[in-house]
Amino acid sequence: MRVVLAEDLALLRDGLIRLLEANDFEVVEAVDNGPSLLRALTTHRPDVAVVDVRLPPTFTDEGLRAALEARAQIPGLPVLVLSQYVEQLYARELLADRTGGVGYLLKDRVFNVGQFVDAVRQVAGGGTAMDPEVISQLLTKRAGDEPLKALTPRERDVLELMAEGRSNAAIAARLFVTEKAVSKHTNSIFIRLGLPQSEDDNRRVLAVLAYLNG
Amino acid sequence: MEAGRTTLRAGVGVANEASERLRLVWWALLLAVLSYVGLGLFCVVITGVAVVLVSVGIPVLMVCFPLVRWLADFHRRWAGDLLGTPIPSSYRTPPDGNALVRLWAQARDPATWRDVLWLFVNGTVGLVLTVVGAVESVLGLLFWWWPKKGALYLDAVLVRWLLSPNENALLASRVRELAESRAETVDSQAAEIRRIERDLHDGAQARLVALGMNLGMAADAVDTDPQTARLLLAEAQATSSQALAELRGLVRGILPPVLADRGLVGAVQALALATPLPIEVDADVPGRLAAPVESAAYFAVAEAIANVIKHSGAHQARVMLRHNGNLLQMTVEDDGRGGATPGAGTGLRGIERRLAAFDGTLRVTSPPGGPTSVTMELPCESSSPKTSPSSGTG
Repeated sequence: MRVVLAEDLALLRDGLIRLLEANDFEVVEAVDNGPSLLRALTTHRPDVAVVDVRLPPTFTDEGLRAALEARAQIPGLPVLVLSQYVEQLYARELLADRTGGVGYLLKDRVFNVGQFVDAVRQVAGGGTAMDPEVISQLLTKRAGDEPLKALTPRERDVLELMAEGRSNAAIAARLFVTEKAVSKHTNSIFIRLGLPQSEDDNRRVLAVLAYLNG
Repeated sequence: MEAGRTTLRAGVGVANEASERLRLVWWALLLAVLSYVGLGLFCVVITGVAVVLVSVGIPVLMVCFPLVRWLADFHRRWAGDLLGTPIPSSYRTPPDGNALVRLWAQARDPATWRDVLWLFVNGTVGLVLTVVGAVESVLGLLFWWWPKKGALYLDAVLVRWLLSPNENALLASRVRELAESRAETVDSQAAEIRRIERDLHDGAQARLVALGMNLGMAADAVDTDPQTARLLLAEAQATSSQALAELRGLVRGILPPVLADRGLVGAVQALALATPLPIEVDADVPGRLAAPVESAAYFAVAEAIANVIKHSGAHQARVMLRHNGNLLQMTVEDDGRGGATPGAGTGLRGIERRLAAFDGTLRVTSPPGGPTSVTMELPCESSSPKTSPSSGTG
């Protein structure tokens, strides 16, 4: 799988390259600033891009802007954005085109190599990977909503994991239940929230995120 | 019927006019008497100063100075009303201490001696003007065409000329304000730095020490006891996550990254999205503001929103940001229970201090039962011409 990586700190860039290559990714180019990132994304058209939000020359949200710009030029280009902080505002902007293939994670999530690599693959496959912190903030914000209040605690757990972008199989493994039990919960959640049912994991996640983002 | 009503209206008009002219007579007489009293007071003050070394002078002045101020303030209010623009006074703030210390401070305040000078002028020229004014207003009662306030107007102008603070006094009071706000800014900055140092010392630094210890022990155990080494490594990972989370919180408190990225409007929108309360953001702030102002403005809005969440019991709030030319206006409104005052330890005092460093102001309207509206203003210019009006709901 071909990856473009954007990270300005050499220490972290080298670490990420090592980590990705150890997990059978091919890093086709590693850049350290916004303009080079946009060029690399549009020329290589990688299977997935792993991008730090803050990049030179401005040291602001250059990485995010370049990623959004690249996605505007190449719709659906899979992008996983890493950051020291999570901002609902940025999560919203990434999700705004509702096409999937986006991820937004705290940099610390790299610590858990297995889960991080899963997230990269998920995004590359057109899925979504949202940081648990983004989702828990969203759920806190919408805590007063009647349909959400009607969910059972277990359904809430499933909703949270689903919004993070996990597949039914992953949720089942996480909650120590069968996949059949998970799909029973997801059906019930979709009915209570009044969302259209879908067999496709990615479409379901996007529907849930759109609902939570109001 | 219609004609009757017109006559009635005309009658009411005549009655109002008459009562106003009658009031002018009373005012002119009162002012004439007061200028005479003032002249007496002037003589007593001069005598008091002359005999100040004999002990009786001191108590005399202790009584006279407040009377002089009261009289001067009374005239300021009257003349301000008549001229349509309030006349400010510029007395120095009295120091803490006993009556003697306060008397000394009053004696050294130039405004006091300007008042005394005015007493003399008011007792002579002013007396003539008010007596003429009294005669005029009596004539005004008898003859409708007589101008209502000729001499009294001149007297008011005289009061304004002698009793409004001169440029030096205004500058002195401005310098005092600046010295106070600078001292407060320095204090709060020092406190902030102490807090950051303590947070780093007890938080991230301590965690990094623990992390190093865990790694060291894991290195020792890796050959002999891989099971324990694995546990220690997992622990080290968790500790580094916690250290990062603490640093994130700390950095957010110093300068939220989204503020650096997106400026005031973006940062307030991000804040609204992350706040567990529906907040509507209505912003029209072209370009970016100077970084220190941007930061002061952001933290003021953030504190106001935190207040809404902590104290108001509101269901929703609204933030309005406007920038016109050289004034940034920020309004935070909520539908809560009201009753907020800057003095009640609600954080409003902190906002006031923060804004004062930039000559900003805070105004709170919060009747019991709500709604509450906090309006903050900061004088500032926009630094880049880029326009980005936007609004959103969070």
